[in-house]
Amino acid sequence: MAGEKIEKKYTTISIPTPLAEKIKKRIEGTGFTNVSSYVTYVLREILAGIEEEKTDEAFTKEDEERIKERLRALGYLD
Amino acid sequence: MPKPHGGKLIDRTTKKQIDTKNLQTIEINTNQAEDILNIAHGVFSPLEGFQNRDDLENIIIHKRLTDDTPWTIPILLDADEKQLNNIKEDDTILLTNKEIGVKATLDIEEIYTYDKKTIAQAIYKTLDKNHPGVNNIYNMKPKLIGGKITLLETKPRKFDEYNLTPQETRILFKEKNWREIVAFQTRNPPHIGHEYVQKTALTFVDGLFINPIIGKKKTGDFKDEVILKAYETLIKHYYLKNRAVMSILRTSMKYAGPREAIHHAIMRKNFGCTHFIVGRDHAGVGNYYGPYDAHEIFEEFPDIGITPIFFRSFSRCTKCNAVVNDKICPHDQKYHINFSGKKIREILRNGETPPEDMMRKEVAETILQFKEPFVK
Repeated sequence: MAGEKIEKKYTTISIPTPLAEKIKKRIEGTGFTNVSSYVTYVLREILAGIEEEKTDEAFTKEDEERIKERLRALGYLD
Repeated sequence: MPKPHGGKLIDRTTKKQIDTKNLQTIEINTNQAEDILNIAHGVFSPLEGFQNRDDLENIIIHKRLTDDTPWTIPILLDADEKQLNNIKEDDTILLTNKEIGVKATLDIEEIYTYDKKTIAQAIYKTLDKNHPGVNNIYNMKPKLIGGKITLLETKPRKFDEYNLTPQETRILFKEKNWREIVAFQTRNPPHIGHEYVQKTALTFVDGLFINPIIGKKKTGDFKDEVILKAYETLIKHYYLKNRAVMSILRTSMKYAGPREAIHHAIMRKNFGCTHFIVGRDHAGVGNYYGPYDAHEIFEEFPDIGITPIFFRSFSRCTKCNAVVNDKICPHDQKYHINFSGKKIREILRNGETPPEDMMRKEVAETILQFKEPFVK
């Protein structure tokens, strides 16, 4: 990286032209400067929503008991 | 409760005895040792170590890790030729810090060079050496080491009784039956304006997580113990016991404004918070950032997984006789008294109690009990 230019990393994905045109109109007057940035935003939002549903907490029973003990000792839990 | 950033709460601690006597050692500074603790305990999840070149470049360009996870502040380990003598990629080395007693192994994946100006411009939006973050970058050693760490040892420290890991706060919130938690970051004792912001946000969620940043301070700042005792007093007298908790965060301020606001939000998400309060000029310094840059940057992160709560300005309105913000008060600026931290400090420095519409009497008295509440 010393002195070298960092390459931006992007790939190309095809979407139907009418959809791209629709997006162009949709982003007029918004903070989105091009169709790609809007599509990236929407996809990230959708993926985050899907991943959210898979949430699952992984504590062992022993971990949990040990931690509760410390929290009680410090006065965080009664 | 949100899942940890990147999907999994990282735990890079070990109870196994690891033979380190043949490992080459690098003595690291205290900020780097704090980074190790934050990586090991999951505060920086999903990071498992110091960042490699690919992640650094992605953070600079896209404000994301190579797997597209939002990440805005690089976590780096610098070293010079002397320290790297005989150390090469694929080695496991020992990192030590005497001041806070940290010992960790580092499995070196990459040793690489970097351009300080590129990092400074991307992260801090300036090359000005007077910016404390830029100055730190310029003072870094010429090479970076990337790789996973494993925390072997740390020693007891002042304020440990206030220090909870993300695993601990997540269990605490669960035990309190809090589903939605708002985090408030601070570096000062609370005045009435802070209380107003916290309680406004708390009205809409289940719990408030007050999370002061503890550590290196400038001359004239409040001492850490003063901040903690002042908050304890406020919570005791003015919060419902089951609605507010406080624990500390040990990390250095970077003063990277908008990028740091994202970083601060991510850390609070790892603690289990669903919301994060972002004020005016969050993590700013001087005039390097616009007052609301730290609000606008969140628009780039629909997938950050924590909801920012933006506060623009708040003051006391003498007409309303209440604390107000710019959305709720129709009166002219001449009726507004700003909560000036500088003014409150001056009053306290003279041993006097600030007016009660600026700071709670109990909080002021707590501060004044300290012979010297300020860093010299």
